[in-house]
Amino acid sequence: MATFDVNINGTNKRVEVEPDTPILWVLRDSLGMVGTKYGCGIGQCGACTIHIDGVAMRSCSLPISQVSGKKITTIEGLSEDGTHPVQEAWVEHDVAQCGYCQAGQIMNAASLLESNKNPSDAEIEAAMAGNICRCGTYVRIKDAVKTASEKMS
Amino acid sequence: MTKNINKKHDRRSFLKITTLAGGGLVLGLNVLTSCKRPGATAEAELEMPEEWYEINAYLKVGDNGVVTIFSPNPEIGQNVKTSMPMIVAEELDVDWKNVVVEQAGLDTDKYTRQVAGGSQSIRLGWNSLRQAGATARRMLLEAAAQEWGVPVSELTTEAGVIKHEKSGQTTGYGAVATAAGQMDVPEEVELKDPKDFTIIGTPTLNVDRKEIVTGKPLFGLDVQREGMLIAMAEHPPAFGMTVKSFDATDALAMPGIKDVFTIDIRPDGAEQQWSDVSAFPELVVVVGESTWQVMKAKKALKVEWEKTGDLESTDTQEAKLAELIKKPADKPARKDGNPEKAFAEAAKVIEREYSAPFLAHNPMEPMNFFADVTDEKAELLGPIQTPEYLQKTVSAVLGMPEEKISIMMTRQGGGFGRRLYGHFGTEAALISQKAKAPVKLVYSREDDMTNGVYRPAYKVKYRAALDENNNLIGFHVRGAGIHGSPVFANRFPAGAVDNYLAENHSLDSNVSTGAWRAPRSNFIAGAEQSFLDEVAEAAGKDPIEMRLELFERAKNNPVGKDNDYDAERYAGVLKMVKEKSGWAQNDGDRARGVSAYYCHNSYVAQVVDIVKENDRPRVDKVWCAVDCGIVVNPVGARNQIEGGLVDGIGHAMYSALTIKDGKPQQKNFDSYRMIRHTEAPRKVETHFVDNGIDPTGLGEPGLPPIMAAVANALYRSTGKRLYQQPFVAEQELLG
Repeated sequence: MATFDVNINGTNKRVEVEPDTPILWVLRDSLGMVGTKYGCGIGQCGACTIHIDGVAMRSCSLPISQVSGKKITTIEGLSEDGTHPVQEAWVEHDVAQCGYCQAGQIMNAASLLESNKNPSDAEIEAAMAGNICRCGTYVRIKDAVKTASEKMS
Repeated sequence: MTKNINKKHDRRSFLKITTLAGGGLVLGLNVLTSCKRPGATAEAELEMPEEWYEINAYLKVGDNGVVTIFSPNPEIGQNVKTSMPMIVAEELDVDWKNVVVEQAGLDTDKYTRQVAGGSQSIRLGWNSLRQAGATARRMLLEAAAQEWGVPVSELTTEAGVIKHEKSGQTTGYGAVATAAGQMDVPEEVELKDPKDFTIIGTPTLNVDRKEIVTGKPLFGLDVQREGMLIAMAEHPPAFGMTVKSFDATDALAMPGIKDVFTIDIRPDGAEQQWSDVSAFPELVVVVGESTWQVMKAKKALKVEWEKTGDLESTDTQEAKLAELIKKPADKPARKDGNPEKAFAEAAKVIEREYSAPFLAHNPMEPMNFFADVTDEKAELLGPIQTPEYLQKTVSAVLGMPEEKISIMMTRQGGGFGRRLYGHFGTEAALISQKAKAPVKLVYSREDDMTNGVYRPAYKVKYRAALDENNNLIGFHVRGAGIHGSPVFANRFPAGAVDNYLAENHSLDSNVSTGAWRAPRSNFIAGAEQSFLDEVAEAAGKDPIEMRLELFERAKNNPVGKDNDYDAERYAGVLKMVKEKSGWAQNDGDRARGVSAYYCHNSYVAQVVDIVKENDRPRVDKVWCAVDCGIVVNPVGARNQIEGGLVDGIGHAMYSALTIKDGKPQQKNFDSYRMIRHTEAPRKVETHFVDNGIDPTGLGEPGLPPIMAAVANALYRSTGKRLYQQPFVAEQELLG
């Protein structure tokens, strides 16, 4: 066990875990922040996507020992009250079916729109290709990303 | 306007809850004084009432007129948590903005069929949900009538307000809720005329949308409790193996690890339910403080496995199915006319075989369950499609009466049939009992994918006989699968062909299989509709026109009496998709395919447009025509159709679960390929038939036909017919 200080959603937190513990499980088990989801554990499905210094990363494959001094943002901290343009677009398009993968989809989409305010369809598809939606809401996800893009640009 | 459509209702759904002295049906004083809460349908914050009055099992009315509607069935992404309460709210005649939805737990006294399966929640819930709303409305009206001293027949309602036009008096539901609770439950209630619906048929957003996009705890894996331990279970690496012994020395020495032990979910004498499918009843369990610690300790286990049966492989299973499909069945599943003669006399015979592998369900939320079992009671909480059967099994396995076992359903991160088979719930209960602690059992993705209960592997052979005028005079289908045949003997084209033969074979295996979204249809629709495309081509006919000819025959002069489809509704969706898509088989650079299928009481026809990009075919657009009767929630209904067809394209094109020496060869999403954003259709256009017929389900019917629509379009794009799923294995071109 070791002690780590991490900045999550603008707040400093101290946790005691083993150094190889992925951020995903620090969030979910140590801090009780369960919005970030476990899907595959090997960085293949994107359900666990968070932002490290504003960039989308897979929290299931990122040990706590590698994020000291970095700013972590989770779905709980993307906005204070669910009013980030991506979250609002997800609601407007009624994207979710089961909803389980959507936190990861939203975090990935928000990161995409930070770096590319007005992505083409092909750019959206390519940027989102690492996020699996088993319910098949891909068509709506793309529409929602476009709506968010319009709001943000 | 109201009219009496249904007089009978199931009384047990409307039994009043214990009446409290003097206070009507007062429940939970000051339950919730917070404002916005999960399940609230409105965007704006909703003021919660001081008191709730429970009118029946489906709803309670707050003193301020806010209504809580309990959604009885498990929510797995099919959107029943929104659509079922909409039906109650419609007949209650309340403003949807003033509705809060709560998931009901398992309660077999209050509710019937709390199952997510077969796309039946809406179809089978339609009457009882309407009755629940209408009964409560009537009791509220009677309370107001009594208070005002006027006949109840003079009262009307609108959006939660009761009016007496003659006297000009009005009152809200909240003001009469306590008195309403004391009224007798009416024997008969009037139901609305569907043309007066204001909620049903209105696009309505998912009631959990805010919680989903902000990451609130909703799912089974999100459950956290004081003192809760995490458990994971190691199952044998191969079908046909079981636990012999284990050495937990290393695991137990690891930080946070509390215990390692075995469980057996099939103790001698414990009664089994149909849902108790598991190839691995005995498991080695690791219990510890946190998920990561337990994951690591599980890898440090040294388990010795022993063989209990054959260690099968996909190659040998396929060879056996190929042998089986050559043989006539002992007894036909259906035979009309004289198929032997028709084939002997045919001018042309077309014969084709189609096959598909095992598929894992792979819901994005892996299997998991919370259990807190003490000597007195068992509390279970988690994602389950069949809570009633889980309760029965847990009762039998723990030796505890059912009434001491409570089961609450969380929102579920996908189901697709996997959570019909609740062994993980039973496992969690046994682990909690043994660990003497509240426990959340967690499956890793690998545990989930290699655990079995797969979609059966299938093979089917079709033969069609055409006469010299290219009329279909004979049709023969013979299916085989592990386990069970995919053939529905009484489905189309049965009823449309004079000489018809359907035969079934089943191959046994120790690889466990089960219902997977649209069972059997998820394969046979693709095979049948691909075959009919070839038959139409051989007959020199347009594929839609040929099908319409057959439906005309089935409608006017059906063969046999047991045909399980309505030929007119079937033809209706084909005609609609033809019109909406501007049907033509090839249109410039676009290659097109069509398919139609009836299953789970709904009809779906689809046209797919494929374009070539960088020499690779891509599904560009899909048109869907759907007949599910009344559409309860158009926005949710379209989502189901869109998701179903993306799911169908993905599994037909890319997915397979293969076995070698008993071991599943795909364990995670690096080797089990799932459809992704870049492979999904660019656009989906869905149209619904407006016919006012009582609604049927949509969780499954959007999936089956798409496999053939894609295969038929790919044929027109590439010139190659596809017979084996996944299609990528046949055609490298598809990437």
